[in-house]
Amino acid sequence: MQYAILCYHDENVVCSWSKQEDDAVMAKLALVQDKLARQGKLGPVVRLLPTTAATTLRKDREPPLVIDGPFAETKEQLLGFYVVEGASLEEVLEIARELAAANPGGAYEIRPVGIFNPGSLSA
Amino acid sequence: MTDVAWIGTVLTSARPPAMAALVRYFRDLDVAEEAFQEACLRALKSWPKNGPPRDAAAWLIMVGKNAAIDTVRRQRREQPLPQEEEISDLSDVEASTVARIDEADYRDDILRLLFVCCHPELPATQQIALALRIVSGLSTRQIARAFLVSDDAMEQRITRAKARVAKANVPFEAPSAIDRSERLAAVAAMLYLLFNEGYTAGVADAGSRATLSDEAIRLCRLLLRLFPAEPEIMALTALLLLQHARAQARFDSAGSVVLLEEQDRQLWDKKLIAEGLALVDKALRHRRPGPYQVQAAIAGLHARAERPQDTDWAQIDLLYGALERMQPSPVVSLNRAVAAAKVRGAQAALAMIEPLAARLDGYFYFHGARGAFLLELGRGEEARVAFDRAIALANTPAEAAHIRQQLDRLLRPSPQTGRLQNG
Repeated sequence: MQYAILCYHDENVVCSWSKQEDDAVMAKLALVQDKLARQGKLGPVVRLLPTTAATTLRKDREPPLVIDGPFAETKEQLLGFYVVEGASLEEVLEIARELAAANPGGAYEIRPVGIFNPGSLSA
Repeated sequence: MTDVAWIGTVLTSARPPAMAALVRYFRDLDVAEEAFQEACLRALKSWPKNGPPRDAAAWLIMVGKNAAIDTVRRQRREQPLPQEEEISDLSDVEASTVARIDEADYRDDILRLLFVCCHPELPATQQIALALRIVSGLSTRQIARAFLVSDDAMEQRITRAKARVAKANVPFEAPSAIDRSERLAAVAAMLYLLFNEGYTAGVADAGSRATLSDEAIRLCRLLLRLFPAEPEIMALTALLLLQHARAQARFDSAGSVVLLEEQDRQLWDKKLIAEGLALVDKALRHRRPGPYQVQAAIAGLHARAERPQDTDWAQIDLLYGALERMQPSPVVSLNRAVAAAKVRGAQAALAMIEPLAARLDGYFYFHGARGAFLLELGRGEEARVAFDRAIALANTPAEAAHIRQQLDRLLRPSPQTGRLQNG
């Protein structure tokens, strides 16, 4: 079964990392990702740019309204996501724990995937 | 990251909102700084044990406030307040503190904190130094190193700046819409100065100065989060990101400046460029043009060109024309001439900058650009004089080295200089 791991973190903190600190976290995460990829469990990995670069289309009205910034004003922001394959929630939680050890702080939301279309984009 | 490093980044990111609230509370920069300092010390003691609080800024505000009040009481030999470890349910206190910090107040508090640092009475270097000290929390030593002055000199500069802003008495009431936009403009200008202070540094001192550019970007993003619909703040953030994206390519291994056209574009940071271009697009949608938007659009056109010859110089020439109308300055005219040289040739560009000679005579880039135009026109001797003048005015060894390279090209007998000598 496929799960999305949605990564939430305080953007003010992540944006305060120096390039070295950021690189160090990414390198640690890459080790976990490599392992998952070898096991055939890793789908797309996406890191989003800061929410300051976000634009929101409110489509609950006609015509839809374009607003600057992210949809949800939360203390922790959605900064990226993974799609992984796991036989059970326990297994995906274990994957999330490994990722968390490489990148502490914030939260991972684990959500089962309903439809997965890998699309045609390349990295 | 280790506990200490991780807590360090949390403290850094919580500093602007926490300092802003403490300054509002105590109405004194020094007291607020001491309170924040004390709160940080207690965080370093308490967080590794108890885990970090969910809202670090609220925790620091509360603990800092109590610590400062406690100090005052102890000085008055009164009863101390309970220590933060003894407060039974910290999360409740946090929640109520957060609730009390009204969203709009909080925004204006941080803007105010940034604004007091760039009071018009302060010279630019003092504005930047004060912002780095108060908002970013860099140590006096770190700031001194970045400005290449002694610790004592920097300490004095900051003390003097603090005394001046204390006298200036920036009001604490919520600003009017006009005041707010004036404050935003002043803060934006200060952040751009801060960025440039880091940007002009060469490789040799990039270590301490690169932080200044990173810090400017961090504060700019913070400002944009507080004012997410301000096109000029989007554009300033974009401008800094697009310029910073070229940081790795701007100097060669010997520390000499590498001109935009000679840079290895593979070294440009694509993530920063993507973020910058997205922000330019967002800003332009508002149809409220401003100088930062024009400058960011120019930087965006450079960033979009995969090879130097793909650069849309005609569009850049037009944009500089727009900037000249919005913000007339000889430096903008000089930049326009550099773009015009690509579209209409060096002769036209030289004609454009000659009227600027009197005002820009002490400006490194003027003589550098003039030398380059003359060189292109084959007026080697005049070019040499202009380059000599540029070297004498260079701000950094890297700038001087770059001009020396051009001079070397002039002096070296090569097909190119041969052509020039004949032409």
